[in-house]
Amino acid sequence: MSIQATIERKLQSALEPVHLEVINESHMHNVPPGSESHFKVVVASKAFEGQPLVARHRRVNEILAEELQQIHALALHTYTFDEWQEQGFAPQSPPCHGGGG
Amino acid sequence: MDVMERIDQTVKNNPVVIFMKGTPQMPMCGFSSRAAQALMACGQEFAHVNVLADPEIFENLPRYANWPTFPQIYINGELIGGCDITLEMYQKGELQRMVQEAVSRGRSEAGES
Repeated sequence: MSIQATIERKLQSALEPVHLEVINESHMHNVPPGSESHFKVVVASKAFEGQPLVARHRRVNEILAEELQQIHALALHTYTFDEWQEQGFAPQSPPCHGGGG
Repeated sequence: MDVMERIDQTVKNNPVVIFMKGTPQMPMCGFSSRAAQALMACGQEFAHVNVLADPEIFENLPRYANWPTFPQIYINGELIGGCDITLEMYQKGELQRMVQEAVSRGRSEAGES
């Protein structure tokens, strides 16, 4: 299973999101075609209700602990059900600066 | 000094500090760049650590606050989060307020000692 599919499956089952996008943004970076290095996750879930952003990100980082060992970057945008109804879109990821590591 | 102590001192001795790839003037990663820009836009001085220039910190910072990614931004000794959280807080005006308060507090503490 691809890393992208694994991330989707894990978040789907752990957070039961009302909205979930897992976007492979590796093509925006200096990596070979077909790479799974840079991802963006947009997730809206009732599980985030009443939680500050840092706690929401910790939750996602824990769910994806194994995948974070394999990938280079994870842009993360977390919303409660109400925040997502209000906003409805996530910010764009930044362009690459070539730092690697 | 032990690397965890070095990190701890850096976090506690600076009202605002960013651990990033590169420097605010020459960022080496888009996420680090954006987070540093948000801090600069707050109009106060802040400390930075280039994790690419300090392999020991690069290796060990993730377990310091149990946060796996870079950049990491600390205000008043507490982890605020990474790039996405910092930007969201900046857009809401919360980051400016927190940075301002932390820097003023840092100044008054320095004045007292």
